[in-house]
Amino acid sequence: MRNTMAIAKREFQSYINSPIPYILVTAYIATAGYMFFKQLFMPGGQADMRHFFENMPLLFCLIIPFVTMRLVAEERREGTLELLLTMPVTDWQLVGGKFLAALGLMAVLLLLTVAFPITVSFLGPLDKGVTVASYFGALLMAGAFVAIGIMASAFTRSQIVAALVAFFIGFSLYLLGAIIGVIPPSLAPFAAGLSIGSHFMNIARGVIDLRDVLYYVSVIFVCLMVAQTTLDSRRWR
Amino acid sequence: MADKVMIHVEQLRKDYGGTGRFAVDGISFDVRAGEVLGFLGPNGAGKTTTMKILTSFLAPTSGRAEVAGHDVYGDSLSVRSRIGYLPEDTPLYRDMSVLEYLEFVCDVRDVPKEKRHSRLKRVVEQCGIGDRLGALIGELSKGFRQRVGLAQAIVHEPEVLILDEPTSGLDPNQIAEIRTVIKSIGQEKTVIFSTHILGEVQATCSRIIIISDGKLVADGTPDDLARKSSGASSILLEIGGARGNESDPLTLLRHIDGIEDIKAINTSGWSLSDRPRATQFRVIAKTGADPRGDIARVIATASGMDLLQMTPEKASLEDVFRKLTTTQGA
Repeated sequence: MRNTMAIAKREFQSYINSPIPYILVTAYIATAGYMFFKQLFMPGGQADMRHFFENMPLLFCLIIPFVTMRLVAEERREGTLELLLTMPVTDWQLVGGKFLAALGLMAVLLLLTVAFPITVSFLGPLDKGVTVASYFGALLMAGAFVAIGIMASAFTRSQIVAALVAFFIGFSLYLLGAIIGVIPPSLAPFAAGLSIGSHFMNIARGVIDLRDVLYYVSVIFVCLMVAQTTLDSRRWR
Repeated sequence: MADKVMIHVEQLRKDYGGTGRFAVDGISFDVRAGEVLGFLGPNGAGKTTTMKILTSFLAPTSGRAEVAGHDVYGDSLSVRSRIGYLPEDTPLYRDMSVLEYLEFVCDVRDVPKEKRHSRLKRVVEQCGIGDRLGALIGELSKGFRQRVGLAQAIVHEPEVLILDEPTSGLDPNQIAEIRTVIKSIGQEKTVIFSTHILGEVQATCSRIIIISDGKLVADGTPDDLARKSSGASSILLEIGGARGNESDPLTLLRHIDGIEDIKAINTSGWSLSDRPRATQFRVIAKTGADPRGDIARVIATASGMDLLQMTPEKASLEDVFRKLTTTQGA
């Protein structure tokens, strides 16, 4: 755990020193804020958080690949991965530390959006329970996207390739939710079950179902496991 | 030699991607505590691969390697916590300051909190990076980056230090400084470092291993190797004689037992002035014989001849290196 935290701390520091997170956070808040306030001030607009959370899966799918792309790929290219892996650090600790750092950055981003529910609470009644549940779901979903991104980053030494692969996987999982209306009804439950967005929307309705939580935890675990195995594969090639 | 074996390598082989071409092909050697081992070989000979296996970054295809009694594959965490490693090209995090980086290494290397300050102070002093602690690593010169690399490799006081080309790309002053650091570390620790600069091993190593094409071609002290390569030992003689002296040193010396062969290599001939002529000879001694005493006696008793110089010759390490890595490479 100590090693995991040491790596997470270093990665997080490196986010603070890099311009990318600032650009991403600004872009996210600007986009999400625009969509949020647009519906708020439209005739018949409602003072609730639904629209804000509705856009979240797609926006996360777009920005998180940029958060995670460098995590392993850059270390591979610079050769620092070799030095790190010859220190007493297990592959799991390395992957876990990077996961925590990126998730921490997403937590900061989510924290900054708390301004939106506060605005809503001034304009009308805010369902606090649903909002808290939604934020919890958002963090879980961010974790899943981050894990996908780390897995993609572990495959390659090119950050661009890592971002594109992460986006492709994330977007495919997102699309599964978007196509539910147009596929045969018998397939719909499978698509919904695999969709990265629909589990979040379940939680965002205020019901924290173990199945939805389990979906994200499984995605995180499987992706980090693949990333870990990819790192370890240097030893059996 | 009661010293503990710190590195044990046995029939090590590494075949990248199953191509059947071995980057390391059946190398075996032992390194004892307190030895500074120079790992020599032309580029692509397998030095880096061997080091990557010793640091358990890569697994060997066959054979085994142990560091401080722990298997590099089966018990890699124990190995990794006992070594300090500096890879080729010094890969460090460019976006961290020197101090941040060294503290990160202390975290990962589990340097106890109470010892951290004194350890950091010591390596900073040893590596001469005291006035750059706040600088970003990405902005350091190559020489300073190398020193930071060395500092991270020794901050946890490892039992074994593995350095891959620690002086490549440095200027002569920087090389001398890094060498001093390696030497001072080598007094307490086992050091193994690779290089293709021969002067370096002569200056710093107590033992040398030469590999070529993945195979071990020589193993010994720098002196051992030099002697081995020249076969028999040779002696350089310089004999002066007064003008008018007609006797030939060659005929006199040929009678000495223990001399295999003798050749005049530089006859300056009769001088027109009164200066004594000087002639140089190379004497090849019979194996195991030391004819120097006899030579001195013969020349001293001969009339009109002065012994000006008598030097046992060592083959330079360059000769050894070239001989070993070209003949066996093919």
